[in-house]
Amino acid sequence: MKISVGQGSCGIAAGASKVYSSLEKSIDTNSHILTITGCIGMCWLEPIVDLYEGEELFARLVKVTPEDTEAISKTADSGDVSFVKHLLITEEDEVFLSKQTRIAMRNCGIINPDCIEDYTTRQGYDALRKVLTTMTPEDVIETIKVSGLAGRGGAGFPTWFKWNAARSSQGEDKYLICNADEGDPGAFMDRAVIESDPHNLIEGMLIGAFAIGAKEAIVYVRAEYPLAIKRLEKAIEDATKAGFLGENIMGSNFTCKMRIKAGAGAFVCGEETALIESLEGSRGMPRLKPPFPAQCGYFSAPSNINNVETFANVPWILLNGGEAFAEMGTTDSKGTKVFALTGKIKKGGLVEIPMGMTLREVIYDIGGGIKEDKPFKAVQMGGPSGGCIPESLLDTIIDYKALGATGAIMGSGGMVVMDDSTCMVSMAKFFLDFTAKESCGKCVPCRIGTKRMLEILTRITEGEGKEGDVELLTELCDAIKDGALCGLGQTAPNPVLTTIRYFRDEYDAHIREGKCPAGECAALLTYEIDKDKCRGCTLCAKKCPAGAIEGSLKNPHVIHSDKCIKCNQCYTVCKFGAVKFS
Amino acid sequence: MSCQCHRESDLSLLEGVLKKHAKEKGSLITILQKAQDIYGYLPCDVIYHIAAETGNTPAKVMGVATFYTQFRLTPVGKYMIMLCQGTACHVNGAKRIEAAITEELGISDGETTKDGLFTLKCVACLGCCSLSPVMMINEDTYGSLTPEKAVRILRDIREKEESSQ
Repeated sequence: MKISVGQGSCGIAAGASKVYSSLEKSIDTNSHILTITGCIGMCWLEPIVDLYEGEELFARLVKVTPEDTEAISKTADSGDVSFVKHLLITEEDEVFLSKQTRIAMRNCGIINPDCIEDYTTRQGYDALRKVLTTMTPEDVIETIKVSGLAGRGGAGFPTWFKWNAARSSQGEDKYLICNADEGDPGAFMDRAVIESDPHNLIEGMLIGAFAIGAKEAIVYVRAEYPLAIKRLEKAIEDATKAGFLGENIMGSNFTCKMRIKAGAGAFVCGEETALIESLEGSRGMPRLKPPFPAQCGYFSAPSNINNVETFANVPWILLNGGEAFAEMGTTDSKGTKVFALTGKIKKGGLVEIPMGMTLREVIYDIGGGIKEDKPFKAVQMGGPSGGCIPESLLDTIIDYKALGATGAIMGSGGMVVMDDSTCMVSMAKFFLDFTAKESCGKCVPCRIGTKRMLEILTRITEGEGKEGDVELLTELCDAIKDGALCGLGQTAPNPVLTTIRYFRDEYDAHIREGKCPAGECAALLTYEIDKDKCRGCTLCAKKCPAGAIEGSLKNPHVIHSDKCIKCNQCYTVCKFGAVKFS
Repeated sequence: MSCQCHRESDLSLLEGVLKKHAKEKGSLITILQKAQDIYGYLPCDVIYHIAAETGNTPAKVMGVATFYTQFRLTPVGKYMIMLCQGTACHVNGAKRIEAAITEELGISDGETTKDGLFTLKCVACLGCCSLSPVMMINEDTYGSLTPEKAVRILRDIREKEESSQ
């Protein structure tokens, strides 16, 4: 049997490497193969171990611990699944995968990312071979046009159009750049694709490079993704050795080399002109467009930039035809989209679904609904550039236009689910705090505007909001949208605008009644001790940094609200659930 | 012009890096990353040295070093705690973890403990959202944190350090 341990960053954090080392000791490697794979996307079940008989999946084991490895070894030896019965994935959890359609992630969690043969046996580099032997660059661009593939980084710009513009540009040296600077908090699709299937990205990029006429390709990866960088480095090395990269690829006259550039931590570098500045070794500050990168990009040469997921779709499209890809999805949005489903969701992980599915289907049918069956409040899409979508719009379909109409955006794929314990004003503040810190400072509307918005939101969450603050916020939002230089600034108001639009009552409750309905804004809470539940253990009084709790041993304690600094310590330490806040 | 901070870093450690990258177009960020790997941070005299060797002004190099969150201008502890403040971690209580770490170590965001063992840094998103709240200590990721679990991890590291001395 083949025993394969899921080793993406999430899996490793959940303990997959310990499971692997333990399996190394117990598995008889003379009769079985022990290997690793990337991320299958079922993050809540990690660590995951798959047993294969030939190419067939024999058993999928979840939440495996190092103590389980003896049992796994017995199953591998005997073929008797009863030894690992307690680890088998349930039918209910299997639905998470069976409802998905995987194209960009087709190999994720199945192949060993460090093994090029695993990729080539699953039609890897066949698309590149087809392109180099039977197609012209124009044919490739036409196929991508037919497929309707749009930029998966968030903006949704047609990929063929960018490729065509870069192809038509004059210039001897052209560059193809992959944006893997996944800075959107709450998104990890690109990391998973690189960690789990790096050759797919390389192949997609090579096809893009052939189409635009680039001899050099650069992957700009976040420095916070060390494992992704390591696996991609190995993949580039192996692909070069195998003749898929370098001079005269597969005997054709197409030559292309590839290198990795590690980013240094700046959200704005996800904006393409800022990314180019960063590649050139400067501060990542966006340029004024036009000229577009297709005309004047990396060191003034024509350059084309696409996101990881965009490239990950390309080999499949070239192999199966543009029409097959365009059959999936809606009139405006074709193919599939990968989402990182997180937050207060039962089954968090990576979801790839055809466009046109509703948000409700993704959250409830695939994600299994809200943790602890609490009421759904909102789903945040598009990170700091996106917005919060309320329950009344849960039947919105996943489509660039339909999501845009809600005030949110498709975004790069972050989908953070919130329940009734999340305060929407605080959520807006969270994002503005992020954009204000990440603003590069080049243009005034973004640099100063986001700061002023953050001040107002902070004021509201601290109970010092004033009548007219919401109107002032709206006015500032409009000014920043119109005036900011780049996408970061232009979209920064979205989290504020959508929360005002759908959760205005929460803003009003903060400002007019001094209340936080979700019970999150500490300054607006009052803490109390339930006399009937308190056992007088004195722990809270000892922990209280403000000396606000009074009481003697074995007698109910009291919190003096005038001294209380609302640090939540008493609530955290109480073992009897006697501390309450309202 | 030279550095006025009177630090005396061993600049010879950088020779190999500069030889390889100094003349390469657009390599400044790479050089700074490698310098930080060597020294643990970017000492002022190293920044001046890099400027001189790459033909940039010290202002340009300093501008780049202060723009990106990865670069540090002061030394850090042996264990770098990167506490994720991404959306999913925020929703799942990252602030409470931060409070627990601050209480345990007596340092806040960006500070280093007196014994030079730990530095706390709040970062944007580590991309392990499904395990939120998450922190990374050096290369290791710890997920599904509670305030108690985070404190236990720190105490374990401290005990390990003390027993190895």
